[in-house]
Parts: sequence; structure tokens; C-alpha cells
Amino acid sequence: MKNLLKESEHLVRLVLLAVVLVVGFLVFRKAVVPTGFGRYGHYRAPALDDIATRPISFAGHEACETCHDDQAKTKTQGKHAQVSCEACHGPLAAHANDPDANKAVKPNPAALCVRCHEADSDKPKSFPQVVSRDHAPGESCVTCHNPHSPAI
Amino acid sequence: MAPGVQGFMYPNEVELQWSVLIVLYPYITGLVAGAFILASLSRIFNIAAVKPIYRLSLLTALAFLLVAPLPLQLHLGHPERSFEMYLTPHKTSAMAMFGFVYLWYLLAVLLTEIWLDYRGDIVHQAQTRRAPLKWLYAVLTLGSYNVSPGSRRIDDRVGWVVTLIGIPSAFLLHGYVGFIFGSVKANPWWSTPLMPVVFLFSAMVSGIAAVLVVYQAVTRIRGRKVDMACLDTVAKYLFYVFVLDFSLEMLDLVHRMYESNESFRALDFMVHTRLFVSQIVLQIYLGTLLPIAMLALTQVVKLRPAVRSVLYTVASSLTLIGILAMRWNVVIGGQLFSKSFLGYTTYKMEFVTREGLLPAIALMILPFPILWVLLKLLPPWEEKAAT
Amino acid sequence: MDLNRRELLAGAGKFIILSGSARAALNGDTQNYNRAEHWWGMAIDVSKCIGCGNCVRACAAENGVPKGYFRTWVERYQINGDDSEHPKVDSPDGGINGFPPRHATGVKSFFVPKLCNHCVDSPCVQSCPVGATFDSPDGVVLVDEKYCVGCRYCIQACPYGCRYLHPTKHTADKCTLCYHRITKGLTTACCEACPTGARKLADLKNPADPVHEFLRENNVQVLKPYMATRAKVFYKDLDGAVR
Repeated sequence: MKNLLKESEHLVRLVLLAVVLVVGFLVFRKAVVPTGFGRYGHYRAPALDDIATRPISFAGHEACETCHDDQAKTKTQGKHAQVSCEACHGPLAAHANDPDANKAVKPNPAALCVRCHEADSDKPKSFPQVVSRDHAPGESCVTCHNPHSPAI
Repeated sequence: MAPGVQGFMYPNEVELQWSVLIVLYPYITGLVAGAFILASLSRIFNIAAVKPIYRLSLLTALAFLLVAPLPLQLHLGHPERSFEMYLTPHKTSAMAMFGFVYLWYLLAVLLTEIWLDYRGDIVHQAQTRRAPLKWLYAVLTLGSYNVSPGSRRIDDRVGWVVTLIGIPSAFLLHGYVGFIFGSVKANPWWSTPLMPVVFLFSAMVSGIAAVLVVYQAVTRIRGRKVDMACLDTVAKYLFYVFVLDFSLEMLDLVHRMYESNESFRALDFMVHTRLFVSQIVLQIYLGTLLPIAMLALTQVVKLRPAVRSVLYTVASSLTLIGILAMRWNVVIGGQLFSKSFLGYTTYKMEFVTREGLLPAIALMILPFPILWVLLKLLPPWEEKAAT
Repeated sequence: MDLNRRELLAGAGKFIILSGSARAALNGDTQNYNRAEHWWGMAIDVSKCIGCGNCVRACAAENGVPKGYFRTWVERYQINGDDSEHPKVDSPDGGINGFPPRHATGVKSFFVPKLCNHCVDSPCVQSCPVGATFDSPDGVVLVDEKYCVGCRYCIQACPYGCRYLHPTKHTADKCTLCYHRITKGLTTACCEACPTGARKLADLKNPADPVHEFLRENNVQVLKPYMATRAKVFYKDLDGAVR
């Protein structure tokens, strides 16, 4: 037995080296794995807040309606009732936060209205659409249609 | 649609995600697994004829294994975070096991087996060499200079066990790469239970072919005579494994053609157009059928050793190209078609970028200088090498 | 015009009173949000989609989506005659500029908006080797861009093609269901911008959410149900030809 130990001493050294590597790795791991990892699942829990605290660009129609309640009221009575403000006016969270510093720009009807209402056989048949060349050509859409309540 | 796109692809699918570097990784680990299995033949199954290439196979495996993680590191968006796979491996992910399987195979199998086999030489070098190489060997001895017959018998015993464990470990090292692809249900070109098996058998084919080529090259560089009995035996194993590998691939193909489900038509079209050269010409005809025919010829017809040598070399070289083509067809092919089955894209391989052709070529060449260094530090053969 | 609230408030200068939740949202306040009370998904009515591309533009603006990559996109399908197995599909730039109008007759055509399905059994989460992509407790599949190594396995694993590698961050990216908005009581940017109400954010844990009636009263499908991902984006009137 003593002879066996003497003859396999190099193997003992090898095993010891392996143990040192494994223990070293586990210690390193404890130190380096980010805090909060594994709290809710196999991920870094702080990532949820990292993502949730990103800045917003669209204010949401509720924010618009707080100040612009007249347009909001007009809208509820018309066909665009379900169209939110920023669907046409673009992202306006900056404006809602500081209206004087960030002025909203009125969209151009010529470009805007046809995006939805240009006749297209791919669109649902029940959706109101016109061939813009033939529909009061040369006139701006808002000449006849109030964008917040478009029915004439 | 976007240039290079035919039909319809989901907008995010147009650009390929896994490049030529990801073609290299399974190829390199395949060579490692194959070379190691070949080495194990002599150790575990006591096939004496292959003994002359035992050490060479181990060193070839090591040279390729050291290069294997490099294509992956070059590919990662954040290689500096790759250590996360060791820190927080996600147990449901096939890829998470990579780091551990690799480390296990490198440390517990390959390096241990090489160390146990070479220990006598290492101690001898540590005692006779001059600094600084003397220190390198001294470190490798782990501080033990006991090379008595008793200790060497123990080394042999333990080495045998390590080799025994090494065989399934080698299967695992490369088989799980097949599983990484085979388990992706979203991709019908990859998703099949046959994938790990096909990968493994093609790995063995490529590894054996690599050792055949390397052995002949190194022997000629050394100015020695090739051991024909050894070469014939290795070639015989190459032939058997190749037939098995080809049968498995044909099984997969015939199965797909017969079942002819939704994805088949899209995949079939892809193979006949975008993958025609790499799959039909390079992989099947030149890379499989032709080498099998050459090897079969050497098995049934009595040929002169010189002729056999040439046939083995040509067959092995074609095999190596063919298996590389197979990896290409799996990795790149799996990304050329849309998951909507309505379109195809093109792989735009660049040249000098991080994932381009130039780094790929450099990575394929790199194992050879490493092998050269290993052959210098740990010569496989008794006599001092001429170079 | 009578003195409306806007002019009054404008006169009052910068002292603006917004409704409680709107102010909270703009302030980035998530303190009232309890993750355990929500289970997010989306309800899409295909018959209402007009392919205007508002959703794609809004998402890009809200989330800084890089050009050429898509967290959401719109596909246009055209089926000629009875050949529903070979629909003609296109999605020019993901539909970000809408679609060029056509005037075809006798064909069936429609638009299908697509996004991450926030699957309950998502193959992408399963495949991530490090735990960078995950299911939040409230049912949103997210990517931790500080932890992602950029291996792209999740992109390969997604059956729907909704992921991409961010070209400058070099991490995987995809629709977050505007997690930064829904945790503040807002809806997603795409739903906010949709003019026809084709897309509606759904909170499956909220008994008052219209999604329950939507699922009960309509013919509803998920994309690729045979993948068994338990997707949470529900499509009303989804044609069988949709891929």
C-alpha cells in the first residue's frame, strides 16, 4: 500500500491541481456573477428595471386629452374616435412634458391622409378609401374634412 | 425585395446569422473527435497495427482542440462576455454545455491522457534540457520525477481508464454540436434526431482522414518510411465508417423525400439551386462517393503499396473537403431558406472582416503550426526527428 | 372660441396638471405596477389591418429600432384563385412606408401585422446559453442587453423570425411589448399608433380586459400552433395561407 502511494504520488498531484482549479473557479464565480441573478428565474433581475425605465416617445392619448380636450371631444363624435392623437401627430411625449420647449408640428394633410385612405384592393372593402387623383384633385383634404371628425 | 432575395423572407431573416466561422467549429471539433477515436482503437481495442499513429493522433487532436474555440470567439457579439457560459449556464440550452464539455474533454481526457503517456519523456526532458525549455518541462512534470516501472504501470492503467472515458467524451464533444442544430424545432433542415449521429459519424470520417494525411506528410518530412500495415488498417476503418456515415445521410434524405412534408419542397428546391455545387457536387459526388469508391477499390483489388498510398491520400483529401462541404451545407444551408417556405436568400461572405473568409482560412491553417510545435516539444517517435 | 383648458393652462405657464396616470407615465413612474397582477399578450384583428405601416414607424420611433431591422412588421398576402398553398407575400421594408396601392380584382388579399409572440414556452428562452433572454414574471419575453453574448442561438430558435442582432450593440434584440410603457399604464407604441384598432394590447390576467370576449366570440388562431410555443399573440380571422 505504501509503495502504491509512492508510485502514484504524481497522480495525487494531478488530482490536487484539479481540485485547486475547481475550487478556484467556484470562488471566482461567487465573486463575479451579477447581483440579482436568479431572483425570479435564470436571468439578471435588475434587467427588468433596466428595460422598464427606458424613456418613452409616445405620450399616449390620455396625456394629450388632458390639455386638448376640445379636439378630443370633437373626435369622440366622429369616425376617427378610435384613432389616437399620435397616430397622426407622431410621438409627442416630449411635447407633453414641456409644451413650450417642444412644439408639436401640424402634419401635412396631403401626405398624411392618403397613407390610410388611398384606395387599395388589399385593404378591407369596408374601410373608407378613395382614389386620390379622382377625389377632389388639387384640393387639400382638410378643405372639406375636419381631421378630428371627418364626416361631411 | 432586398438584393439576393428570391421570393418572400421574413424581414429579419434576410441576413444570415451564423457565418463561415460556425461552419468551421463543427468541422474542427469533428477532426478532434475522429482523431481521438482512432487513437483509442489501439489503446482500448488493442489493434496493434494502429499503434504507430497513437501519439500523433493525440497531438493532432490537441492542436485542433486548442483552435476550436477561436471561431466561436470571433463570431460572438460580445466575446468578452463568453465566460458567462461558465458562470451562469442555462441548463435548458444545448449551447450552454459547450464550455463544460470542452473543458472536460481538454483537461480530463486529452491533456491527462497525453500527460500520462508522455510522462517518461517529460521527466527526461526536464532533467536533460537547458533553460528555458527546461522550466517548461519541469512545470509539466507537476513536480514529480518518479518514472519507475511501477509508476509507469500505474500511468498505463490510469491512461487506459482515461481513454475508455474519453471515447464517450469525444462522442459528447462532437455529438452535442449535432444536437445544437438537431434540437432547433424552428428549422426543418436542422431538426432531426439523426443530426447528432450524422455529425458524429462524419466527424469520425474526417478525423481518420486527417490523421491519414498528417501521418503520411509528417513521415515523408521526417524522411522515414510509412508503416503500410498501419496505413492499411486506418484506411480500412475509414472505409467502414464512411459507409456507415453515408448510409445515415441517405436514410435522412430518403426519409425526407418519402414523407414529403411542408418544408420538403422548399428544401429540395434549395438543394438543387443554391446548394447544388456544395451539396451535390462537393459533398456527395467528390466528397463521399468518389472516396468510398477509391477505398473500396483498395479493399477488393490487390494494389502495390505506392498505389495504395496515393489512393489513400487522394481519398482522404477529398473526404476532408467533402466533410467541410457537409458542415457548410448544414450551417449555411439551414439559413438560406425562409421559415415561411416562400423564399431564399444569399450568403454574402466577406473577406477581411471578423467573420470573413480570411479569418476562416487563417483558423484552418493555425492548427498546423501548433501541431508542429507540439511535435517538437513532445515527439511521438523514439528516434530524434531529423527536423 | 371660449377659453378652453389648454389656453388656461398655457397662460399658467409651465405649471401643468396632467391626469394622474399620464403624469406618472411621463415621469417614468413604475411604483404602482405589480408584476404578479399581469399576463401580457396581444389581440390582432386581421380584417381591420389596412397596411398603413403606422405601427412599424411608431415602434421604430419609440424603441430606436435600427434601419433595416424590425421588431414588428406587416406582411401583405395575395391569394390567386384557389392556390392558397402558394400565396404571393411581400413586406417592402417591413411595411414601414406602407404598401404601394394596387387595384386588382378577383383575388383575395389582406395584411397581417407580426411581432414577437411572447410565447409561454418560448424556444428562444430555452436556447439562450447564459440567461440573457428570459420570460418576465408578467409574461413578456425580454433580452438583457448587458448580459447577451451575441451567439445568435435565440435568433435561430425563433420560428417566427422576430429576432435580429442589433448592428451596433451586437446583442440580440426584438419586440419588448413596450415593457417600458405597459408597466406605466400605457399601451404599446404600435397599438397607440394603429388607426383602426387592429392591434390591441391584452392583459390576460385582467378580468375586465376586452381580450377575453375577443377570444370567446371570434375565430382565433396563433401563428404556427404546431410549434407548441403557446404564443400569446392571438389573431382573429387569420387565413390558413398565412405563414
